[in-house]
Amino acid sequence: MNYPRILTCIFIMAFVTYVIRMLPLAIFKKKINNRFIKSFLAYVPYAVLAAMTFPEILYSTANLYSACIGLAAALFLAYRGRGLLTVALGSAGAVFVAEQILRVVMK
Amino acid sequence: MQQNEALTFQKGLKDGLPICLGYVSVSFAFGMMATQGGLPVWVALLISMTNLTSAGQFAGLQLILTGGLYIEIAVTTFVINIRYMLMSLSLFQKVDEAMSSLQRFVLSFGVTDEVFAVAMQQKGSINARYFSGLIVTPYIGWAVGTFLGATATGLLPGSVRTALGIAIYGMFIAIIIPPAIKAKPVAKVILISVVLSCFFKWTPYLNRISSGWVIIVCAVIASAYAALRYPVQEAEVQE
Repeated sequence: MNYPRILTCIFIMAFVTYVIRMLPLAIFKKKINNRFIKSFLAYVPYAVLAAMTFPEILYSTANLYSACIGLAAALFLAYRGRGLLTVALGSAGAVFVAEQILRVVMK
Repeated sequence: MQQNEALTFQKGLKDGLPICLGYVSVSFAFGMMATQGGLPVWVALLISMTNLTSAGQFAGLQLILTGGLYIEIAVTTFVINIRYMLMSLSLFQKVDEAMSSLQRFVLSFGVTDEVFAVAMQQKGSINARYFSGLIVTPYIGWAVGTFLGATATGLLPGSVRTALGIAIYGMFIAIIIPPAIKAKPVAKVILISVVLSCFFKWTPYLNRISSGWVIIVCAVIASAYAALRYPVQEAEVQE
């Protein structure tokens, strides 16, 4: 095992990741007053989370069917205004049940 | 959305708990992959404790195991994680002005997709105490999950592991849907972003672009469009 190389790799990864996170707040110390930028930044979280979730959620389980069931469960629970943990575990539970049923049906 | 509740360290810890649980399953997979690839447990743990990022670590691990060049590792990490720049920028508009430079330098280490999402949900500005609490629980979960995955490969039955893979996305959906029901512009932002993201994923050639870039492009286009079309009023910026 080539430890010097591995440790160098880890250092590079950690350094690059930290600099990315740290730079914006090292550069921008003052609050931004421009209306467009303020609006833009207010919308960014939703846009980022939406792009991260779709379509990746469809590939996050054993197969597309169970993922669709999980997605439907998550949308339903979120629509009803349930908390983060409830929605997260609810959709995982739906996927688990769906995959067990599929396993039986496929046999 | 909790209002009127003091943003204490304890509240941060508590709000970090759902993130922590989600992280255990993801980092468990990371730990397993690392040891299955031949790395010792402490190396897997070291990667998780110094990086604290899912996609970046998985890609980095792949490159470590397949003998990638240093420059490849640097560029790949940069591209996959550049979205954090957007998040840090957005997030630190929201922090308490009383937060010191040192606190900012330390706390920026803990900006992850999920921490960002939960922090942005809070009304008003965020102080250092709350933010550190919010980082600590997920950080512990990330390390513990990695350790468990690396040591006890196959502890959880596979059926439970695959089901937990969706948990993190379920959490994202729980965050974006309620505001989308309340505010139409938010719903449009989400819709545009989703359509663009699917377009990138399912179009030949475009699907070779790394997910880090895709997220940035989608988020910038959707947010810029909405910012031009529906500029927010002073009062609702904190929404």
